This record gives sequence, structure tokens and C-alpha cells, in this order.
Amino acid sequence: MENWSLFSLCVLLGLTSRWAVSFHSYSGAGKPPMFGDYEAQRHWQEVTYNLPVHEWYFNTTNNDLNYWGLDYPPLTAYHSLVCAYVAKLLNPEWVELHASRGYESHSHKLFMRATVLFTDILIYIPAVLLYCFYFCDGSSKQKVATALCILLYPGLILIDYGHFQYNSVSLGLALWGILGLGLGWDLFGSLAFTLALNYKQMELYHSLPFFCYLLGKCIKQGLTGRGFFQLAKISLTVLVTFALCWMPFLSDPKQPLQVLHRLFPFGRGLFEDKVANTWCSLNVLIKIKTLLSRETQLFLSFALTLLFILPSSLKLLSKPNLWQFKLALVNSSLAFFLFSFQVHEKSILLAAFYCTHLGFCLFLRLMFFLFVFFHSMLPLLVKDGLLLPYVVTSLAFLFLSLYLLSALERSTEEELRLGIYRKLTRHWLPKLNLSRIIKWKFWFSLVAMAVLSFTSVWLEPPAKFPDLFPVLVSILSFLHFLGFIIYFNLVQLMEPQRKKSQKKTN
Amino acid sequence: TVMAAPVTNDQSWFFALALGVSFLKCLLINAYHSTDFEVHRNWLALTHSLPAAQWYYEATSEWTLDYPPLFAWFEYGLSHIARFFDKEMLVVQNLNYASPATILFQRLSVIVADVVFFYAVKECCKCLREDKGKDLLGKPSFILTVLLLWNFGLLIVDHIHFQYNGFLFGVLLLSIARHFQNRHFEGALLFSILLNLKHIYLYIAPAYGIYLLRCFCFTQSNADGSLQWRSFSVVRLVTLGTIVLSTFSVSFGPFIALGQLPQVLSRLFPFKRGLCHAYWAPNIWALYNIADKAFSILGVKFKLLDINKLPKASMTGGLVQEFQHSVLPSVSPLATLICTVLSILPALFRIWHRPNGARGFLRCLVICALGSFMFGWHVHEKAILMAILPLSLLAVESREDARIFLILSITGHYSLFPLLFTTQVAHQNISHVAIYNLHIGNVILHLFFRKGGALLNPLEATYLLGLIPLELICEFVYPLTVWQKTFPFLPLMLTSVYCALGVTYAFIRLYISLLTCSDSTKKIKTQ
Repeated sequence: MENWSLFSLCVLLGLTSRWAVSFHSYSGAGKPPMFGDYEAQRHWQEVTYNLPVHEWYFNTTNNDLNYWGLDYPPLTAYHSLVCAYVAKLLNPEWVELHASRGYESHSHKLFMRATVLFTDILIYIPAVLLYCFYFCDGSSKQKVATALCILLYPGLILIDYGHFQYNSVSLGLALWGILGLGLGWDLFGSLAFTLALNYKQMELYHSLPFFCYLLGKCIKQGLTGRGFFQLAKISLTVLVTFALCWMPFLSDPKQPLQVLHRLFPFGRGLFEDKVANTWCSLNVLIKIKTLLSRETQLFLSFALTLLFILPSSLKLLSKPNLWQFKLALVNSSLAFFLFSFQVHEKSILLAAFYCTHLGFCLFLRLMFFLFVFFHSMLPLLVKDGLLLPYVVTSLAFLFLSLYLLSALERSTEEELRLGIYRKLTRHWLPKLNLSRIIKWKFWFSLVAMAVLSFTSVWLEPPAKFPDLFPVLVSILSFLHFLGFIIYFNLVQLMEPQRKKSQKKTN
Repeated sequence: TVMAAPVTNDQSWFFALALGVSFLKCLLINAYHSTDFEVHRNWLALTHSLPAAQWYYEATSEWTLDYPPLFAWFEYGLSHIARFFDKEMLVVQNLNYASPATILFQRLSVIVADVVFFYAVKECCKCLREDKGKDLLGKPSFILTVLLLWNFGLLIVDHIHFQYNGFLFGVLLLSIARHFQNRHFEGALLFSILLNLKHIYLYIAPAYGIYLLRCFCFTQSNADGSLQWRSFSVVRLVTLGTIVLSTFSVSFGPFIALGQLPQVLSRLFPFKRGLCHAYWAPNIWALYNIADKAFSILGVKFKLLDINKLPKASMTGGLVQEFQHSVLPSVSPLATLICTVLSILPALFRIWHRPNGARGFLRCLVICALGSFMFGWHVHEKAILMAILPLSLLAVESREDARIFLILSITGHYSLFPLLFTTQVAHQNISHVAIYNLHIGNVILHLFFRKGGALLNPLEATYLLGLIPLELICEFVYPLTVWQKTFPFLPLMLTSVYCALGVTYAFIRLYISLLTCSDSTKKIKTQ
């Protein structure tokens, strides 16, 4: 009882901060002709409401794909349709075909924000609470503290309630998937994850760990006996869910192909804007985009991504337990973010999100990670006029994590799982104190980030390099991400056999 | 009296709570602000650019200076920092000037001034009878800190609506804490400074006067708690008088010397306003008005009254400032004054006869605040904070007070909502922020008193839960009905009448608790 009261307080604080962010600006506010993601979501409501299903993903007279054409999977489209019905009820002007383009008003903003809050309350928040309740180590107080940290995680709040997107839906569904798998309800888990995948194609980043975990589990039960049936049941669930989601598009083979074409726009190039991934950072030295042909780029990114996911996936396949699964999720999403084709800066949200769920022992690293992620989105947030909430929420989060979880107290070598590094470095640097180095590095990175944030907001870049600060930001973030992927891979691959504390999570 | 109990060493949670709420306040910087924002900007400008002799004569803006001189000096001090943000805000002629830098400065000034409030809360925590529980939720000081620092009303009135109440209440709470700590001279000094910052605190001055006279100037009581006349200390009375008089002379002296006293007073006490504020505060007069309306409607229906003879405004107004009563007699300022005095007299008599230490004084102070809220002339709904905040101190020490606090704070805070609703639609957002916060105090008090059953009896709980359908009807259902056009004021009226019932109930209960509660030793036993 007391626990749930405390959890309810966490939810209240989470909701308060969400609403407090929500009356700030959104992306593309008052910036015709294209506006931003907010207008994209509104436009999808307009399109899905007024046009028949088979026109949604096609360029027609009534559907100009160059103006925020629908490029998310069907579930997003259905969600837009539902929102559009509500919008029509409240004010028909909001979804009128053509005429409503670029519609902006206070009440419409309120409506859009409310739809985000609604899905958040419906899907994301319950998943977080259940997750913390079942899968966090420690006392009930620590569970509550973790829940609070996750709910106040600024990245998601700023993107969903500031910039404007519905990430909490896909993340929440994926979290329900993890919950299902963790509780042993494999069918429910795969159902939830399939839904997540059908809401946002970005969830593909995690599909491999899900797949490997379930497959590995079935193999463990014996592929000739019980495991086979289990596997059949799971695949059937996935297939049926997919079929249901795509039902309206299955009548004509041209339809699903067009949807896929919209979902994976290979024509848009290796990267756009300033993303803190390999390609963008490499581009500073070598102009890959112009040097290599598109096919080579595609091949290169595919090969590198695969190279970085494979080890963790194979490990998971051979040892399907929850701890490995969570690490694999992080590794896979990081690999995709760093090496795959056409990455958006918001994709790091996915990787960072799962990191928040890994629990206490890795906390220093995690916090560090979250910060870097957050920082890599700074240019985007500044463009949206969200500087104030950015500064406030990030400071609040930093303080909260430091206070509640006292992360720096926990950064012993054991906690950070640095045993492996100790082995590696013992030969040539015997007196190294790794945990102290990490602490210093943490503060150093923090200062570097603060300085860069400051300069990129308040200083004029030199005329020769107008993009100097965004590039610096993304390179700094990239270096950190690279360090993280190596670290997390090593932790996963070299994980020692013992550890009683993990037994609980497994 | 009970001395301050030693406080546990680990106080980092206090810092966390204070910083947390400051972050929330910072998020509200860009929120909507009311005309009070312009009021304070204007005061910044006029104190900065005019000599003090003209402060109370300046009338370029309609928002003339109507706070006592010390507050004007406070604005004067702020204006010297404001220069570095944006000089334009300091020009008297720049009416409704609100550049981003101006907003940032004004908001930050409120947030920073709240440091006084933080300090006061910390001092108040030291005055509590501390439970030696290990659990954070079992600590009265923790609960009190949450109730005060995260107080929903202050958040709305100061950080959305815009005022400096946090700072002012900081001075008040600090003064109360000093009385708890038996540092009466400091307490009296702080209170007289407070009176010179904002004169609305005159309402609680009777409690201070009686308490200091009875418990401080008379040094001893008889064994049964009654007054011992011979123990009167002239020295103490003279010292107190000197403190109060010198504060007032520092504040008002220059203006008296300039011969401006009548002008200053006419600014401070404008009696031209109506009985009720634009929106009715949930007090006796709201009930009186509604009764009047009910009578007139019934009268017309049963042909007892002639509809042509009724004053027209009474049927359509509601939001009109000058409210004409049609059946019941109209109320004059003098009548409200008499009612107010009558309502607080029993409480004052009580603490004269049976002082019951600083806690009795605090209870009497709350009753004075609430009495003036219930019966006062042209009461603003935010005046309820004057009762809610000090009551928090009592609420964490006994179940009975916690119960009163819950009813009073929920209804009182709820009645603040219309402050937000009357503005642009988009900022209804904020009201939702508010709802969440409102609930925090509720949950935390319940957690604190979780042993020993429910705090509220079923009837009270039903009444409070009734606020939910009320909110739904007023916010979502009513605007869709046809009456919205003809009676747009009805939801506001409904809200204020519904809340008035709760506030009245809390007032009566509080009175009963003051008149029946015996000395403090017995109270400790019941805990």
C-alpha cells in the first residue's frame, strides 16, 4: 500500500514535469512553409481521416508525399486516424483536407499535447512502474527511486512534450515486450514487441535481441520437443499480429511494397544533418558521401552494423537470460545508431532509454551515457526554442540521479564490472586505479559538455565554419558513444559466471 | 512551552526538496502571467526612476503603488539588478512591457527571493516535536517541508500568476518560528517588518498583540493557566513597543515628514471596491450571495416579488463587481468589519485566558486569518494561503488538525483554479500541473498518518471527492451546453459556493478544536 502511494507520487511528479515542459514551444512553431514534426503529426491526422487507406502511402492529388508524407508503419497511421476522429469532434478545422495545413492555435496545441499525455498514461507509465516493481534490485525505496528517475528522464520528456512525437508509445510497447519476456509470458512479450515494431520501424534496432533471446530459450528447451512447439507458437503470434496490422494493405501487392519503400527511404543518403554517428563524424575528415557510390555506402553500413551486433547476439543466443538480454538491447541499438544507414539523431533515444533500465550497478556509466545522448540532441532542441526546459530538466535530472541514487558512491570497480579491463591493463599499467579514472572522466566530460552547450548557444561561430559547434558537439558525442559500445560489448561478452546479485534479475 | 527538539543530522533531503521545487519553478518561467506581472514591473520602474516623494502620487499606469513603503524599497533594490537585464523595463511610460529579459528577471527575482521562505521553513522544522522514526515518511519535519515548499497555492500565485508571496510568507513563518523558540523580540521585529511589506497581514495582528501581551509581557501564570496580574513586566512592553514603533517610523517616517500620510493611506486602503472580488472567494459572502439569488428566484416563481422591481444586474451579473442584493439586505464595509471582529473575538479571549503556549497562538493566528477571509470586505481568493500555510505546522502534529488541513487546503486550493481559467485557453495546461501537485499534499499526509485508520470520515471524503465531478462538469460538460451563452458565470459560482461550504466547515472545526483542546501536555499523550 505504502509502495503504491509512493509510486503514485512518482507518477504525479512525472506528469507535473511533463505538463510543465508541454507549454513550451514545439518543433516548427510558426515557421512556414514546412513547420516541423508537430505539423507532420497533424498532417497525418488530416490525411488518414480524409483519404481512403490505399492512398495513405501513395503520392496522389490529395496526398503530397513531399509535404510530410506518412513514413511510419501502419499502427502510427491508425493512431493518427483515432486522434483525427477526436479532433474532428472538437473542431473540424483541425483536420480539414488541404485547408488545415499549418494550422496552429492554442487550443490545438492543447489537444495535441493531451493526446501525447493520454498515450503516455495508457502505455508508457504503467510499463515503467511494473518494470521497476518486478525487475529492479534493492529495497522498495530503491525501486521507487529508480521509477522516479526513469519517469523524469529528460530526453523522452523533451522530445515528446517539447519537440513533439509519440515515442512513448513505441518505447512503452517495447517495454511491455521486455516485461512479458521477463515474466516468462513469451507470447505476450512478442505480441507487444511486434506492435511496437509496427508503430515505429526504429524498433528494428532491438528486434535482433528479442529474436535471439526467444530462439535461444527455445533451443534450450530442445528444438525437437517442447522448444519447437514454443517456437511455433511464438512465430504464429508474430505472424498473426503482423497480418492484422497490415490487413488493409494486403489486398494489392503494390501496397505493402510502397509502404516499405516509405519506411526505408534509402534515397535520402547515408546521413542527414549533424548526427553523432560514425558516418557524420568521419565526414569531417573524408567526404564519404561524395566519394563512395550509394550501393557501397549501403553495403559498408550494413556490414559494419552486422559486425558490431553479431558478437552480442551470439552470446545472447547461447545464454538467454534477462541480464544478457538487456545488455544485448543496449549493444544492438548502439550499433545501429553508430553504423546504420540514414540515422536520425533522435534514434539515440532508444539506446539511451534501455540504458536507464539496466539498474544500479552500471549507474555511473549509464548516467554518463544519458548525458551524452542528451547533449547530442542540443542543436535540435535549441532550434525548437526549448533551451530553457533543456537546461532546467537536465540539471534537475543530474541532481536527482546524484542525490537519489548517489551514483558516484557506487562506482567501485566491482560495480562497474571493470574486472575485465583490469585483466587487460594489468600487463603494462599495473598501478592504474580505474574507478578513479572513470570518476575524473565523468566530471571532465560533464564540463566539456557544459562548455560546448554554452558556446553553441551564446557564441557566434567563426565565419569560415558556420557549423563548427554542432560538428564539435556531434564529434564529442560520437567519441563517447564509441567508448560505450566497446564497454558494453566487453561487459556482455566477458561476463563472469558467478555473481549472486544477478541471480535475482535472471 | 515546549522547546525545540534537536533535529537529526541528515538534512540533505531538505536541500533536495528545495532544489527540486526550484527547478519546477524555473520550468514555469515562460508560463502565462497575470496583470500582477505588469503591476510589479511598474513598481520597479517608478521606484527606480522617481524620487521617493513621488512614489505614492505617480499614476501613469493604472496599477499604482498600493503596498507599504518597505515593499517599495524592496522593489527599489531589485531595480538596481534589473538594470543589467533590460533597462527598458525601468521606464515608467513603457506600459505592459514584457521582453524576454524582463520576464526572466522578474521570474528569477521571485524564485531567488524564495530563499527566505526556504530558510523560514527550515527554522519551522526545528520547532516540531520530532519523531525518532528512521523512516523519512515518518518524520514530521519532512512532511512539513513537503507541505510548505511544494505548496500548490504558492506555486500558482507566485510562479504562474506572479507575486512575491513566498518571500512574504517566509518572513511570517520565520517570525512564528522565533516565537516558538522563545525569541520574542526577533519575532515581533519580523512581524512588524512584514506589516510594512504588505499590510494584508494586519488581519492576523490581533493574534500577535494578544499573545505577546499575555505570554510575554506577563511573565508568569497561575497554576491553572490563568493570568497572574502582578507578573506584568513594563520593560518588556516598552521594548516591544520600541521595536514596533521604530520599524514603522523607518518605513512611514519619511512620508509623514513629507506630509504624505493621508495620500499613502488612501492608496493602501481603497474602499471603493465591491463586497466580493470579480470571482467570489469561497467565503460566507459567496453563500450569502447565492442565498440571495435563490430567494429572489423563488420569490419570482411564487409571485412574492415583482420581477420589474428587482435590480437587473443581480440576475445576469455574478461577475460584476458591485453586487446588488435583491432580497437580503446589502452588506456595507462596516458590517463586514464588525462580522470579522466578532468572528475572531472568541479565539482572542480564549488565548487570553488559557494561552496554551506558542501552539495556541498559532491556532489563534490561523483563526484570525480564516475569520478575515470568511467575513472580510473584497477578499481575494488567494488570501486563503494566509490560513493554509501556518496551519501546515499544526497539521503534522495531530490527526485532528491534519484532517482540518486536508479539507481546508483542498477546497481552498481548488478555489484558486479560476485564477488560471480566466486567461487564455492554452494555459489551462497549467491547471493540470496544478491538479497533480494538489494531490501530493494529500497523499503525503495520508502516508504520514497511515496508522490508525482514515483521516477523514465518509461524509468529508465524499464531499472532497465531489470536487472531481464538479471539475468535470464545469470544465468539460458545461461549456457544451446551451446555458454557457446565457449564464457564463455559473461554473465559477458553483465552484466558489461548493468550496465555501468546505472552508466554512473547516473554520468551524478549527474553532471547536481551539475552544475544546486543553493544555499541550494532554495533546502529546494522545499522539
